[in-house]
Amino acid sequence: MASMAQAIRMALAYGEQNLGIEHIFGEDVGPPLGGVFTVTQGLTKTWNAPLDERGIVGAALGLAYANVRCVAEIQFCDYIYNTIDLLKLAGMSCWATNGDWPVPMTIMTPVGAGIRGSIYHSHSFDATATHIPGFKIVMPSNALDAYGLMLACLKENNPTFYLKPKALLRVEGEEPIPGEPPLTPEGRKQLKAMIDAPLGDRSKWKPQWPALTDYTVEIGKGKIVREGSHVTVVTYGRHVLIARDVADKLRDEGILVEVIDMRTLWPYDWEMISASIRKTKRVIFVNEDTEVSNFGEHLLRRAVDELFYELHARPKLLAGAFVPGIGLSDNLEIASVPQFSDIEKACRDLISELA
Amino acid sequence: MKNAKKFKLEPKQLIRIHDLMVKSRVLEERLIRMYKQNDGYFWIGGPGEEAFSGPLGLQVKKGKGLDFDFLHLHYRSSPIMLAMGAEPIDSLRQMKNVATDPYSGGRNFGNHYSKRDWNVVPVSSTIETQYATAIGTGIAQAKKGCKGITIVNGGDAGTAEGEFASCLIWSSRPVMPLPILMIVTNNSYGISTPAATQHGEKQIADRATAFGIKKAVIDGNNPEESWFAIKDAMDYVRTERKPFLLEAKVSRLYGHSSASGANFVADEQDCLATFEADLESAGVLTRKEMTDLREKYNAEFLEQGKQVKQEPMPSGDTIYDHVYYGQKGRYW
Ligand SMILES: Cc1ncc(C[n+]2csc(CCOP(=O)(O)OP(=O)(O)O)c2C)c(N)n1
Repeated sequence: MASMAQAIRMALAYGEQNLGIEHIFGEDVGPPLGGVFTVTQGLTKTWNAPLDERGIVGAALGLAYANVRCVAEIQFCDYIYNTIDLLKLAGMSCWATNGDWPVPMTIMTPVGAGIRGSIYHSHSFDATATHIPGFKIVMPSNALDAYGLMLACLKENNPTFYLKPKALLRVEGEEPIPGEPPLTPEGRKQLKAMIDAPLGDRSKWKPQWPALTDYTVEIGKGKIVREGSHVTVVTYGRHVLIARDVADKLRDEGILVEVIDMRTLWPYDWEMISASIRKTKRVIFVNEDTEVSNFGEHLLRRAVDELFYELHARPKLLAGAFVPGIGLSDNLEIASVPQFSDIEKACRDLISELA
Repeated sequence: MKNAKKFKLEPKQLIRIHDLMVKSRVLEERLIRMYKQNDGYFWIGGPGEEAFSGPLGLQVKKGKGLDFDFLHLHYRSSPIMLAMGAEPIDSLRQMKNVATDPYSGGRNFGNHYSKRDWNVVPVSSTIETQYATAIGTGIAQAKKGCKGITIVNGGDAGTAEGEFASCLIWSSRPVMPLPILMIVTNNSYGISTPAATQHGEKQIADRATAFGIKKAVIDGNNPEESWFAIKDAMDYVRTERKPFLLEAKVSRLYGHSSASGANFVADEQDCLATFEADLESAGVLTRKEMTDLREKYNAEFLEQGKQVKQEPMPSGDTIYDHVYYGQKGRYW
């Protein structure tokens, strides 16, 4: 019963041992801390970088040019914005040189609200990331996918964004990661003892990794989390869990909601999304980034362009309010990003709309 | 001859450097002419940096992979590329943005090189980002037993950007010093802005001192001084596996770019003219030999320019090619 943080850590361990990952670095990524969310504890290729995001992204790109595989972390996506031109450069290098340069690098960064992180620990990055062509972009919603998507990124010859929904990092998975102890309270304790760094002095501690195996979630493939025939909810990250709960609630009333976890934001699984919309005739796109120039707007546009005459109701986007940040107070955060009740209401509204 | 210039380099080497400087100058003048004749949309390049960049390119350990030098260049680096063996016609191709342009397939401006086989990472118009990517190849080459070094160059105004500071900081971290030769070719201007109005530091290279980084400031208009300074700096970085900051004072002989007219600037020192006068006085080359050389390259590049005009433009349906490595065509 690994948490998402543990799952990512195990994926990185697998990457160090089997996929030639030579450097994992960022602010407080190396010992003693192993990352502000514990994601890089106990790994052997980790080190602490200067507090310099531009240097971190530049270093990752340079390593990629040298064909040395690396994972670089931006501690919170709220602090990635001063690196945009370097990220653009990473996304552009293969294209600008007409195919000369592979760019095998992964940038991982925690994203989103949900933990009362206030203005500078709640930003989303999906709208901006999807404005940077050349990257492949993933965001897991559960521990197993977190593991499998990380392995996919580590094998890529292109730059990847690995967006970590920070509200889910401590959430335990329901499906086992190949090699992890049994999904029981006992197994959970066992895993913790094996791979979580102890409190206090860690200088002599070494993790004991389970017998990890290759489990890759193919980039570009979504997942139907709940099957339904009345309305499709397309989302990713922590809103997959919320949409799933909405689907479970509405199912009792006979409203069948299909929930798609995109898993990859770019290049995305249009085949799955469009097939689902063709089936349900109704669609809601959900994410928590600000609603203006939002990635969901692109998906919505494509749904309109390609499926307009098959729709039985207006396609809808639920996204974060277009405000500069997420306010700290409960009421402010709740009013800023889509909640359970918003998704539920949107589903009901769409279904009640006349065909 | 009484006031004859005395060189330290062998005549053979002087002739090689001179040949390269003439070749670079004539190439840039051909590129400028192409721009002016509507055979290119924009020109920016390296006339005025030949005396420094030629000797630099000749001393690069050229090849692919960590045991060879990585180059993170700016847009005035044609002499370095020619010294390494780049074909002049390929520069013409990029200027004309034809499909046969080997550096970008007609996608980028002239003098924006990229050559993976020689560790020349993509030149980007973004000022100073090369000092950030240099950190990465520097880290890769800090690995034990590695023989290559990382070389990065850029102008003086750009050193105000954060990446320049990043490079100083990252290359001198006590836990992992990096084998990076940081070069600033200082032409005293950023487009129209005189450096003296924006920089309080006496010399850019002084910034190395705070980090314990070795430095030198040299006359980049003097090919011999450049040759030895580059050699010393490279030897140091190669053997000590530590950074070095080399500032070379150079001229900007055709202004910033075509945006400022790309006309010859008579009041700055012309390194090629000075060098030729010295070579003549020392009896290394005659005026006729030097004039003939210039004419030879002129005729060659004129012909090549004609050839390039016949070559195909990239087709609009290729725009999606290579967004990802090895991918062709529309992928979404
Ligand atoms: C990040 C960035 N800002 C601004 C520009 C526009 N620009 C192009 S060249 C230049 C001046 C650069 O001066 P310097 O670094 O001294 O180099 P030089 O061109 O003189 O060799 C500017 C401002 C740019 N290309 N990139």
